Amino acid sequence: MRWGEIIRRLVLIPPTLFGVCIIVFILLRVVPGDPIAMMIPPGASPADIERLRAFYGLDQSIPQQFITWFGQALTGNFGRSISLHQNVFELVLARLPATLELSLLATLIAVALGVTVALTGVYVRGRRAEWAIDGGIGVFLAIPDFLWALILLLLFGVLIPLLPISGRIDPQLDVSFQTNFYLIESLATGRLDVAVALLQHMILPAVALALPFAALVARLLKASLAEAEDQDYAQIARARGFSRRAILLREVFPNALIPTVALGGVQITLLLGGTVLVERIFSYEGIGNMAIDAVINRDFPLIQGLILTFAVLFIALNLAVDLLVRLLDPRLRHG
Amino acid sequence: MGLSTLSRRTVLQLAGAAALPLTSGGLARSAQAAAPGTLTIAYNVNLPSFDPTIGLSAVNPTIQSIYQAIFDPYIAQAPDLSFKPGLLTKWGWNADRTKVTMELRKGATWHDGSPVTPEDIVWSLQRAADPKSGNPIQFVWSKVANYRIDGNTITGDVVEFEPAFFKWMAFLTGYVLPKAYFEKVGAEGFEKAPIGSGPYKVDAFERNAFLRLKAHPGYWGGKPAFDTVVFKFVTDPTSRVAEIESGGSDVTFEIPYEEFDRLKAKPGLAGQTKPVSDIAMIFITDIAPMLDRNVRLAANHAIDKKAIVDRLLKGYGVPISTLEAPGYAAFDPSIKVAYDPELAKSLLAKSGYSPDKPVKFTIQTTRGFKPKDYEMIQAIVGMWRKVGIDANIEVYEIAQHFELRGRHALAPAAFYNWGNAIGDPSTSTGFAMFGPSPHCAWKGKDTIERIGPLWGEKDEAKRIAGYKAVDKYIAEEGEVIPLFQYVQPIIHKKGLKVVSQANGMILPQLITSA
Repeated sequence: MRWGEIIRRLVLIPPTLFGVCIIVFILLRVVPGDPIAMMIPPGASPADIERLRAFYGLDQSIPQQFITWFGQALTGNFGRSISLHQNVFELVLARLPATLELSLLATLIAVALGVTVALTGVYVRGRRAEWAIDGGIGVFLAIPDFLWALILLLLFGVLIPLLPISGRIDPQLDVSFQTNFYLIESLATGRLDVAVALLQHMILPAVALALPFAALVARLLKASLAEAEDQDYAQIARARGFSRRAILLREVFPNALIPTVALGGVQITLLLGGTVLVERIFSYEGIGNMAIDAVINRDFPLIQGLILTFAVLFIALNLAVDLLVRLLDPRLRHG
Repeated sequence: MGLSTLSRRTVLQLAGAAALPLTSGGLARSAQAAAPGTLTIAYNVNLPSFDPTIGLSAVNPTIQSIYQAIFDPYIAQAPDLSFKPGLLTKWGWNADRTKVTMELRKGATWHDGSPVTPEDIVWSLQRAADPKSGNPIQFVWSKVANYRIDGNTITGDVVEFEPAFFKWMAFLTGYVLPKAYFEKVGAEGFEKAPIGSGPYKVDAFERNAFLRLKAHPGYWGGKPAFDTVVFKFVTDPTSRVAEIESGGSDVTFEIPYEEFDRLKAKPGLAGQTKPVSDIAMIFITDIAPMLDRNVRLAANHAIDKKAIVDRLLKGYGVPISTLEAPGYAAFDPSIKVAYDPELAKSLLAKSGYSPDKPVKFTIQTTRGFKPKDYEMIQAIVGMWRKVGIDANIEVYEIAQHFELRGRHALAPAAFYNWGNAIGDPSTSTGFAMFGPSPHCAWKGKDTIERIGPLWGEKDEAKRIAGYKAVDKYIAEEGEVIPLFQYVQPIIHKKGLKVVSQANGMILPQLITSA
C-alpha cells in the first residue's frame, strides 16, 4: 500500500463519516419509536407533548434537526442525551476505554489462541489430530460470541463459580482511577492487585469475544501455513536438514502471516460489533452495553454519538490493518 | 530463549502460572461471604440519571427503588399501598379544596449534614411544576402554586383541584431535593455528586455497572440493617439468574417464573411472591370491528384468564375484570366478566359471525417485554378462534406501541401492561380510558362524559363511587380487556427478610437479616 493510497484513504474519512451521519440520522427519525411518546405521562395534554418536543429539539423538520446537530457536532458537541441528561461526547468518552480494553484483551487472546492452534494444526498435518483440530475450528467458528458468553457465564459463573460474571470491577473494592483505562492505568502504576481484580472481570467476556475470532485466525493462518510450507524455499530448507519446527517458525510463519492479517484483520470489526451483546450479558459497562439502552430509550443524540464512534473505530481499525500489512510485506514497502 | 527453544512443558508451566492469580480470587470468592453489613441486589435496569424529577428516568417506575433509597418522597408509602408520613408528617386540603397545607418533619438532614428546610420542600415543588424543566409530570405539580412558609408549615393555593395531588407525592417525580446544594453545584454537579435525605447516600457509581450506597447516619427513620448496599445493574434476566445462583448477589427479582420455581427450591435460597400494582390488559381501539359491542364483549368473555395464569404464568397472577386491581382505591370485587365461551359465540352470532365465518382483526403485542407476553396473546388468539374471532398477531417493540398509542393508531386490539403505584383510579381507569389522554385507545364520547367530571371531583367518596360506576359501565360495554394483576417473584439468600411492596419496589432499607 503506497503512501499516496494512505493519503487517499485519510481524505475519504470525512465524507464517509458524513454519509454515516446522514443515514443514521434519517433512519432514526423514520423508524417507529418516538422518545417523547415513551416519556409522556398518561395525563399529558397536547401542549405538554409539544413543549417536551420543543425542549429536545424534535419539533423541527428533519433537515433542520440535522443541520443543527451536524453544526454542533463539528465543534465537538454531539448534543445532550435525552435519557441520561449529560453531554453525549463525555458519556461516550467515559465508556469507550472499557470497550477498547476489552476488545484489545479479546484480540490478544484470539491471536495467541489462533496462532497456537494454527501452528499445531499444520504441525500435525496428515494425521488424525488434524481432523480434530479442523473440526474444533469449525465448531468454534459456528458458535457466535453472544452464545459463548452465555456458555461461559453458565460454566464458570454458576456451575463452577470461578470468576465474577458481572461488571468491570468488584463494587466492594475502594479504588480510584485518573483515567478510564482502568486496566492499563493499574498496570502502569504497578497496582497489580487491582489489575488482577479487573482481569478477573474481563476474562469471561474477553474469551467469549475472542473464541470465534480465534477460530477464524486459526483457519486462515493454518491454510496459509500449509500453502507456504509447500513452497520451494521451505522444501529446500527441509532438504538442507533444518528441523520442521524451525522452518515453520522462522521461515514459513512470517510469510503466512501476511494474508492472515490482510483477511482476518478486517474481521476485527466483527469482534468490536460483538461487544454490544457480550457487554450486555456480562453487565460490562462499555459503549456496547450503552448502545442497547440508547436504542431501547430511543435516545437519538446518544445513538448517533455511539454509531459515529463505532464508525470511526471501524475506519481506524481497517486503516491500521492495511498499514500493518504494508509493514509486514516487503513487496508493498518497496513496491 | 528463542521461540523455537521453548519446550511444550515450559509453555504449559508458564500458562498455568499466569492463570493462577486470575482464578485464585474466584476460588476464594465462591467460598467467601460478602463483606459483613453489605447487601448486594442484582437489579434489572440501569440508572440513567440521579435526578428523580426530570427526564425519561424520572417516570420509569422500575428505577424508583433506587431513588427511594437515596431521596425521600414527600409522603411515604406502606407495603400495602397506603400512605404514611415521610418528610411531610401532615398534609391536606382546606374545607373547600382551595388551599393545601403541609407540615415538614423536624430533624431530617441531608447527606451533607445540613437540615432539610421548608424552603427545600417549596423549591422542589416549584421546580417540578416548572414547564421549562422537562418534568413529564409537571402537569400535576403545576396545579398548586403561591407557596408560603410559616415555621415548619407550608401552604399553597390550588390553581386546579387535583384529587390525587398528595398521592403523587409518594410516586413519580415526588421527591425532595436540596435547594442550596443543587443551586451551588448545578444540575451537572448534582449528577456527579448527588445528595438526598434518604436512608442511604451515594458512595460510588459506575454507570451501567453498579451503585454503592452507604447508610446515612443522620437518617430520620433510623439506621437500616445493612451499612452498605450495592445495586449491581444486571439487565439480562439470564444473567440475573446466574448472579443469584453463583452467590454474586443476595437478592434479585424480575426473573422468569420457571427459574423462580427452580431457584427457590435450591439450598441457601428462598423465594417470595406478591401481587403488585401492575396489570396486563388489552387495549381496544375504537375502530372497526371493535365498534360492534357484540365483538368487544365476545372477545372479553372468550378469554379463560385463570387458565392463562395457571398454565403460562405458573399460577403467578391474579385474574381481574376491571383496570382496578385488588388493593386499588376503586377496586370493586362485584364487577365480574365471566369466562363464558358459549355467551361469546351467541354474541358473535347476533352480528353474523361464527367459527366458520369469523370476525377478523389484528392484535398487537410485544415479545419478551413482559413475562410470556407473546405466548399469552397466542393462547388468547387460540381461545378466540374457537368462538369465531380470527385475530392476526403483529409483534412490535414497546417504543412503537407508545408512538402508535400517542397517534391513536393502534390496531383494534393491543396488549400492554399498566402500572399504578399509587392505586388511584385516576391513574389507571382515568388515564387509560379518557379520550383526550394521549395514552387512551378508546376515544368514545361515552367514557369521556363519564370520566370527565371525576377529574376535579372534590368529594372523595363520590369520586371513588364515580370511578366504580365507570368501571362497571366499561365492563358492560367491553371497551377494554383487563387480564390479570402481575405477581412479582423475588429470590434472595436464606437468612434475609425481604419486605415485598405492592408497588413493586425493592427497598434495601427494609431488608433485614432473618
